[in-house]
Amino acid sequence: MSRPAWLPRLWPLLPSFVALLLTSLLLLAFGASPPLAFGAIWEGAFGNQDRLLTTVAFWIPLMLSSLGLLISFRAGLWNIGIEGQFILGAIGASWVALSLQLPAPLQISLQMLAAMAAGALWAGLAGVLKRWGVHEIFGGLALNNLAIILTNYLIAGPWQPPEGGSFRGTAPFHADALLPLVGATRFSVVALGLALLAFGLVVLALRNSAWGLRLKALGRNPRSALLLGVSSRRETLLAMAFCGALAGLGGAVRVLSWFDSLRQSISGGIGYLALMVVILAAFRLLWTPLVAFFFAAVLSGSVVLQLRTQLHSSLGNILTGVLVLLVLLFGNLDSLRAWWAEWRAGRRRS
Amino acid sequence: MRVELEKISKSFGPVQANRAISLAFEPGLIYGLLGENGAGKSTLMKILSGYQPADSGRILLDGAPQRFRSPLDALAAGVGMLYQDPLDLPPFTVLENYLLGRRGGLAIPRRRAAGELRELGARYGFEVHPHERIEDLSLGERQQLELLRLLSGGARLLILDEPTTGISAAQKELLFNSLRSLARDEGKTLILVSHKLDEVQELCNRAYVLRKGELAGEAELPCPNKRLVGLMFGQLPSRPARPRPEAGPPRLELRGAAVRSPRLRTQPTDLQVGAGEVLGLAGLEGSGQELLLRACAGLLPLAAGELYLSGVPQRRLDYLTARQLGVHYLAAGRLEEGLVSGMTLSEHMALVNPNGLFVDRAASKAQAAERIRQYQVVARPRSRVEELSGGNQQRFLFGLLPPDAQLILAEHPTRGLDLRSSDWIWGQLDERRKQGAAIVFLSAELDEILERSDRIAVFFAGRLSRVLPAGETSVDELGHLIGGGA
Ligand SMILES: Nc1ncnc2c1ncn2[C@@H]1O[C@H](COP(=O)(O)OP(=O)(O)OP(=O)(O)O)[C@@H](O)[C@H]1O
Ligand SMILES: [Mg+2]
Repeated sequence: MSRPAWLPRLWPLLPSFVALLLTSLLLLAFGASPPLAFGAIWEGAFGNQDRLLTTVAFWIPLMLSSLGLLISFRAGLWNIGIEGQFILGAIGASWVALSLQLPAPLQISLQMLAAMAAGALWAGLAGVLKRWGVHEIFGGLALNNLAIILTNYLIAGPWQPPEGGSFRGTAPFHADALLPLVGATRFSVVALGLALLAFGLVVLALRNSAWGLRLKALGRNPRSALLLGVSSRRETLLAMAFCGALAGLGGAVRVLSWFDSLRQSISGGIGYLALMVVILAAFRLLWTPLVAFFFAAVLSGSVVLQLRTQLHSSLGNILTGVLVLLVLLFGNLDSLRAWWAEWRAGRRRS
Repeated sequence: MRVELEKISKSFGPVQANRAISLAFEPGLIYGLLGENGAGKSTLMKILSGYQPADSGRILLDGAPQRFRSPLDALAAGVGMLYQDPLDLPPFTVLENYLLGRRGGLAIPRRRAAGELRELGARYGFEVHPHERIEDLSLGERQQLELLRLLSGGARLLILDEPTTGISAAQKELLFNSLRSLARDEGKTLILVSHKLDEVQELCNRAYVLRKGELAGEAELPCPNKRLVGLMFGQLPSRPARPRPEAGPPRLELRGAAVRSPRLRTQPTDLQVGAGEVLGLAGLEGSGQELLLRACAGLLPLAAGELYLSGVPQRRLDYLTARQLGVHYLAAGRLEEGLVSGMTLSEHMALVNPNGLFVDRAASKAQAAERIRQYQVVARPRSRVEELSGGNQQRFLFGLLPPDAQLILAEHPTRGLDLRSSDWIWGQLDERRKQGAAIVFLSAELDEILERSDRIAVFFAGRLSRVLPAGETSVDELGHLIGGGA
């Protein structure tokens, strides 16, 4: 119980260090040099301006989804369904892109709105299911699968490109539907602006708004919250919808800048990745963008790793995965210690 | 086991909760630990039970100094504590909860463990249902369960922090008999923290009194109550006469109302409470009065019958609607149902008095400071509620009631309050009823019900068996009635 006060502040550093150590050992086991490998990742993430912008482009949808999760976690909700909400956002944006042809600013705004609405709707569905007694984790997983099925159906059916044949994606959207990109990268200034705006909004909501306070009460103690006049139904739905809208926006950014059409695995697991980001950031507001950026750098840097060394680019995934595992383990340090004390106490007794 | 505390000191920021307190506890005796709210009783006992470390001082067991790093550590050395507020409600069954605290964990055959648990319960006179969920248990039952867990864990010193608040007279009798035999027959040491002097006199051999973090004195029991009160408060101000206003228009009316729970279905009940009236619900725990009280607030659905608030019929009432109609519910478990751990007093104020989209920190801080002053809470606006002593949590909970409350429904309103504080709380409630609020409360204290109610509704086995004017009955008669007597 008596722990120095600075320790919890620094705690992600400790597991990060251990994760680095473990991955290095893994690299050595494969006969690769850790400095070379990590150097390649660094190079791949920040080596030149284009690479840096690509890293940022990857960061934006991840960041948007993570921000949404900050809201739903604050209300005590495990919104695993974020993956599906992200996909639905992509579908919503694609729907507008494929069916309307308007001047670019209007077209893009409409696409974004449709994406947010679709994501919010999908999240709201999980919220409604929760009210009927389906835990949001199970509801969310089911809805994630439905979202994937829906994507495949759309690509293979109604939105099949005219030349047909390929099941891998729709035809590319028309130029006015896509976000303007910088140079040859997939980085869009508009998307960056949206991400920063969303960050400001979430900070405001969680730090200063009455709504944020209600979510906090609900997340910490739903029974007390009710007696203090907080409607768990309403706030649960709102928190889910808010999170879904941000994830949906992330999905839109993904189809409209990273890709140019709706693809089969449109999310690339960004929703699940966002869950890891937020857990690793210990649900803290200011750390979330940083941790998301770290993930983006490692993952987009790993592509160069594969080119440079003979190692597969999934090393990046391994690194981040190990990291999250370690953080969860370290985060449960207190329970580990309690378990240890109990075990010792038991030995002493017998 | 002989237990000694040597010059224990502990402060929380500017608050010195314990100041160089030295006490000794002999085996086979029952000790009372007394003191007003915030005197430092729980703090001292939590130190003794390994829940938190002291700033300075030593704990000696049979002369050997100890360092407890956790409650489990302390239990292994033979010190077990029943906390004032059971902090969490794990989603477990009674049996699982019992198994979790044990070595060998879940590997123990469940059937055998269930039998063991029942047997243990029977030995100390408690009825246990191993497969019930913890969250469905009453406060008293959860305490019994915890006590069994400590005993089976090998506790030789048992600390009970206000164990009788919120449990029925019959359960209390049971508990006391078990405690007596634990001390007399098994040679265990017991420490009872309590605000109820009569109980302490009845059960304990010796009392220690704390005052503002220091040892104010000790007494061999029994001794005159006045002596203890003197040690606790200096002097107790005399009580003002209680107003007995005429009951006004009905605030609450039940017609044939019935409520169902997994264990009990109440009989159809008719009841009316008018503005300015105080109705006390008496009955053994689990006789249906709790269910009905919850239903009046929309916290439980009515299985049958009708509910009227200020004459307006309510169908499918939910608590948030009820709140808007001026109905407020105060539950027994303060940190489980009422306050949110981890949130400050200011944040609670902002939560119940939202002004606009954004939290006005300055305003909610000022409001919290105002309530702190008015309700004499020992805390600061930025204190988190779990840092407050039990009595101060209760005061703050009352401070959160809006001034225009029409109907106040309270479970054990003075649970854990010292004499002076409970007088004061009832003074506040009397103010409310002068302003036209109706008050319905339930309590395990027959004294409190007799003294504070205008009318008393007696429950037995799910049925409202009698409604009597408070002036026309006595503790003995009431005790007889709640036991099912006619
Ligand atoms: N964790 C904490 N953080 C800050 N202050 C605390 C904490 N625990 C106790 N205090 C303060 O220490 C003082 C003594 O509290 P304690 O809980 O020991 O009182 P108590 O005698 O048990 O009172 P009660 O009868 O109301 O339960 C109080 O002023 C309380 O606010
Ligand atoms: Mg206390």
